[in-house]
Amino acid sequence: MSEHIAAISDIAAKYDNDPNRLLDILIDVQAQERCVTDDVTRQLAQQVGLSWADIHQTVSFYHFLSETPRGEYTIYLNNGPVAIMQGYEEVAAAFSEAAGCSIDSVTEDGRIGLFVTADIGMGDQEIAALINRVVFTCLTPEKARALVKDMQEGLSVQDMARKHREYGDGNNSLPAIHSMVRNNIQKAGPVCLGPYEVGVALRKCATQSPEDILSQIKASKLRGRGGAGFPTAMKWEFCAKAQGPERCVVANADEGEPGTFKDRVLLTERAELLFEGMAICAYAVGATTGSLYLRGEYTYLREYLEQVLEQMRADNLLGKDIAGKAGFDFDIRVQLGAGSYVCGEESALLESAEGKRGEPRNRPPFPAQSGYRAMPTVIDNVETLASAAQIIDKGADWFSNMGTEESTGTKVLSISGDCDRPGIYEVEFGITIGELLDMAGARDPQAVQVGGPSGHCLNADARDTMISFEGCSSAGAIIIIGKQHDLLAIIDNFMEFFTDESCGSCGPCRSGTWMLRNTLRRIRQGQGTREDLTSMRQLSEVMKKTTKCGLGHTAPHPILNTMDNFPHLYEALIPEQSDIRVFDLEASIKAANAAVGRTSASKETREKEEEQL
Amino acid sequence: MKKPIIATASLAGCFGCHMSFLDIDERILDLVELVHWGKSPINDIKTFEQDCDIALIEGGCCNDEHIHTLRDFRKHCRILVAVGECAIMGGLPAMRNNIPIQECLEEAYLNSPSTAQANPEQILPNDAELPALLDKVYPCHEIVKMDYFLPGCPPRADLIYGALTALVTGQEAKLPYEVIKFD
Repeated sequence: MSEHIAAISDIAAKYDNDPNRLLDILIDVQAQERCVTDDVTRQLAQQVGLSWADIHQTVSFYHFLSETPRGEYTIYLNNGPVAIMQGYEEVAAAFSEAAGCSIDSVTEDGRIGLFVTADIGMGDQEIAALINRVVFTCLTPEKARALVKDMQEGLSVQDMARKHREYGDGNNSLPAIHSMVRNNIQKAGPVCLGPYEVGVALRKCATQSPEDILSQIKASKLRGRGGAGFPTAMKWEFCAKAQGPERCVVANADEGEPGTFKDRVLLTERAELLFEGMAICAYAVGATTGSLYLRGEYTYLREYLEQVLEQMRADNLLGKDIAGKAGFDFDIRVQLGAGSYVCGEESALLESAEGKRGEPRNRPPFPAQSGYRAMPTVIDNVETLASAAQIIDKGADWFSNMGTEESTGTKVLSISGDCDRPGIYEVEFGITIGELLDMAGARDPQAVQVGGPSGHCLNADARDTMISFEGCSSAGAIIIIGKQHDLLAIIDNFMEFFTDESCGSCGPCRSGTWMLRNTLRRIRQGQGTREDLTSMRQLSEVMKKTTKCGLGHTAPHPILNTMDNFPHLYEALIPEQSDIRVFDLEASIKAANAAVGRTSASKETREKEEEQL
Repeated sequence: MKKPIIATASLAGCFGCHMSFLDIDERILDLVELVHWGKSPINDIKTFEQDCDIALIEGGCCNDEHIHTLRDFRKHCRILVAVGECAIMGGLPAMRNNIPIQECLEEAYLNSPSTAQANPEQILPNDAELPALLDKVYPCHEIVKMDYFLPGCPPRADLIYGALTALVTGQEAKLPYEVIKFD
């Protein structure tokens, strides 16, 4: 027992018993112990100087942390939208049957735990799962059974992966990654995936003044690539002008929006470009601290990213006096997430990076005024920072000549679903949905989900809709949904996702997501009414106006979009109007009758039967 | 003009809304001038002798008898009014909705301090005459169409009286802020 206590103590000590590193500590404890028990929570509370409740609430917040053991092998099977379209149910059933445990449980011998998780960023190579943080892609029921056998025989996860599928292309086969993940770069554009030489942009940056850098970013009209499209130069200026002894730059690599996987590829193939972009931003705003918030699902990239950082330090592209410029000091640390969609929201991400629950903050103050550990902070999408580096290298004009008037440059799109060529496409802004569908080889499309569940559900006939900030703006996830699918089943999956991912901090989101999901389910079961359609619209309006962050603002989108663009789907499900609602009385009394051990039908049914006699 | 007939029922409620209704005090004499009373626990009339104009429903539905009663009210009444939180949203009884029914029954009849000793044979009530419990507690509007909703736990007597007289007289209800605020 004392050895056990010492092991936990060592983990905390590795992070200097720093409460701000609580998330790292908990991730390591979970990896070693397969759970974070109450005893451990109490021990850590003493050691890092937090209350038991502080630690307990953090453990309970994240998907990949648990209070009960999750098995020596923990399978997190992705149940995102593309997975459910491509056979998730069969693969889940195969895992469950072969392992002998149902979803959300652990085998009796404690060896295999089977859990689901929302989108792990592999929409172009579903069905995908994480097993002890190692990514497995292109799963089938047969492969699932083979994997379970490997686990029962005690193979290491790395050996299982090697046996299962060869290493992916590009850097995926480097020893530091060694992953079966494929890049699937279908179209490399000139900015993020274009020609690039490490260090050129940063060296150019160091010869100019911070004001010059800011004015070039401003001239390029670069806007945030996370979907909201805030002018990047303005954000940087706010931070540069904010009062504070130190400043910070954070790269948001928590792309949790189902259907998005562009950052996965940028981090694999363009990590240096991103880090240069961060350093350039740091130079422009006068920041010394940098952090890459890497979503827990991408843990497999961590070792590689650390290596890249190490090499850049060795090449004087990070650290002290960068590129020979005296006083240009900046370094970057990788912060892992532990599975939480809302942490993609910038202020929730900062909370999480400080080791806490990922609850969005009240604003103001904005991150540019008071962000990571109260420092004025620029927090930008991976793609935004990578673009900034290319702008400094190749010029604002070069960049702003691409795209449209309001949306300059390129967008990296993640295309998945019913198409022949799923993967990454870097295209100029202004491309239309029709062009994208043709480019990806869409198969009999019914709908196009742009920007994931929180984005826009378009009718596939809306071919002229433009991908741009003035048209249809998003972080770049395009899910093509073919005509063979029940679209409302996919919308149901989205609503379930929001219900799970709502942090619960504000009432309209906590209850609203749940109410919308349940009303949709009632309608899908043929128990809906016209009043339900009206009340879903009313509730959506309330949520848009009263929720605290983007999750609640956008959670009603799937329902609103489909009511607008696919009204016939709802019409077909609403039964003939009657004042008596459809309600299956016999089904609803089944459980209670079983519990008390009686078989009698409801009073109403009995009376009906008596009448007939 | 024929006086409208009103009816009331308490389903999965605590009768608090009916008690609040009685808090209209002496105004009940004015009400008697305006309406006839049909089926209601207040006068203990248990069947619909004729169709009614307005029915006040307290409580949501937690067993098959409630479903039966509510559907019966819908068939026999022109206007249904959901009175109070339980009728509108399920209210306090709906707190059981996240707990499996088996657990609820065990907690109530086998494990609670008052039953642990008193129920040595470990019986869960199962007489065929008892209504069967539903899997969840349902708000009224999920079972039948409801025409009006009076919020509160319970709604104030002034709200019930104001709404009822407005319905009966066909005039717009005058409900000052104090009558519908809850904090």
